[in-house]
Amino acid sequence: MIAKRIIPCMDVKNGRVVKGVNFEGLNDVASPVDLAKFYSENGADELVFYDITASVEGRKIFTDILVEAAKQIFIPLTVGGGISTLEDFDRVLKCGADKVSVNSGVIKDPNIIYDAAKRYGSQCVVFSADVKRVDGTFHVFRGGGKIDTGMDAYEWIHRGVELGAGEIVLNSIDTDGVKGGFDLEMLDNICGDLSIPIIASGGAGCIEDFVTLFKELPCVDAGLAASVFHFGEVKIPELKKVLKANGIPVREVEV
Amino acid sequence: MIAIIDYGVGNLFSLKSSLESCGIEAKVTGDPREIRAADRIILPGVGAFEDAIAKLRADGLDKVVVEQAQEGKPLMGICLGMQLLFDVSHEFGLHKGLGLIPGDCVPIADVIPAGLKIPHVGWNALRFTQKYSPIFKDVKDGDSVYFVHSYYCANCEKDVTAVTEYGADLTASVRRGNVFGCQFHPEKSGPVGMKILKAFDEVQGA
Repeated sequence: MIAKRIIPCMDVKNGRVVKGVNFEGLNDVASPVDLAKFYSENGADELVFYDITASVEGRKIFTDILVEAAKQIFIPLTVGGGISTLEDFDRVLKCGADKVSVNSGVIKDPNIIYDAAKRYGSQCVVFSADVKRVDGTFHVFRGGGKIDTGMDAYEWIHRGVELGAGEIVLNSIDTDGVKGGFDLEMLDNICGDLSIPIIASGGAGCIEDFVTLFKELPCVDAGLAASVFHFGEVKIPELKKVLKANGIPVREVEV
Repeated sequence: MIAIIDYGVGNLFSLKSSLESCGIEAKVTGDPREIRAADRIILPGVGAFEDAIAKLRADGLDKVVVEQAQEGKPLMGICLGMQLLFDVSHEFGLHKGLGLIPGDCVPIADVIPAGLKIPHVGWNALRFTQKYSPIFKDVKDGDSVYFVHSYYCANCEKDVTAVTEYGADLTASVRRGNVFGCQFHPEKSGPVGMKILKAFDEVQGA
């Protein structure tokens, strides 16, 4: 039986993990490589690095970090942030990324999804969207979740699947940072009938939120979170024990 | 030294890094002399079968791989690299493979119940068969490894050493003499994957 995946996400700015504070057993919590290594040794099934740097210098530091991480970490690595061309794909894949996550960068030209899937395979293309409720419907937002594109989230996601995306990340702006649980309503509305793996993001506050996510929505394949892991509020080995006790298939790891 | 065959398909960086982190010397190469000089060979691969076998043939590396395997050198195919070891693939038409292992590659969709997602992506457990494989000597039945694939190797029961359950038993690993195949990615399978790579490095040729 395939395991439900647990994925910590690290936002990296100028070579440091943003939001990474106070982590037991780790000297430098803001070091993306150290934090990634810690997670990979403590049960994470996959890791996401998200580059939120705007400057050219920052981008160079980011790719250096990626190379270092890929040398030391042997679980799948997904990289996102500022990806809008095939050259961007090429740049991060050469540094050791396994999958590339696209979001706002493909709104102007979604055919990048098709081109990338053709060149690198669908398994390499993770299609990510920031979704928020607007007048009772779900809209796609861009610019780090700040600007309403006016696009319907269901239609946008399904278009990405048709163009060849291999996995979907749905991030709920409404629940993000609230720590009151994943946005089950939005996830169910948008991806109940998708044929590719779905990663839920935004809202995890405790272990129980992951249990509810996987129990309520069998269509969800993975749960992604940042600060609950970074702050140690949810420890992955413990999370997996509870999931298993609830009959949810997980990859068990010796820690 | 392990030669990782470079024929222009996929990212070989993590495979090389993972071998090196196990203390295994590895070289990414498309040079027949270096491949012949290596102690062991890994045939990697991602993407489509037709494109991969064409690239392998274009460089004449298909002949080198087959010749080295027949001479008894340990060879391991990973993911698409394992599928290339077989007679034929049905991925977008019918394509001939290297013919080192009898059997063919067929869509997972043909054998799993509707509603299960394709590709089969993520961590899934290995279940060993009766046939022993030395690459699993330090791995336990039930250990999980990382898969990403839409096709699987069928009609090869005699050579299957491990399966994984995804709506049906899918071939996870094969062995025919000194020729090994892993449908999953050991280089992405954490500590379990490292144990498999280390064990392959200890396999002696025929």
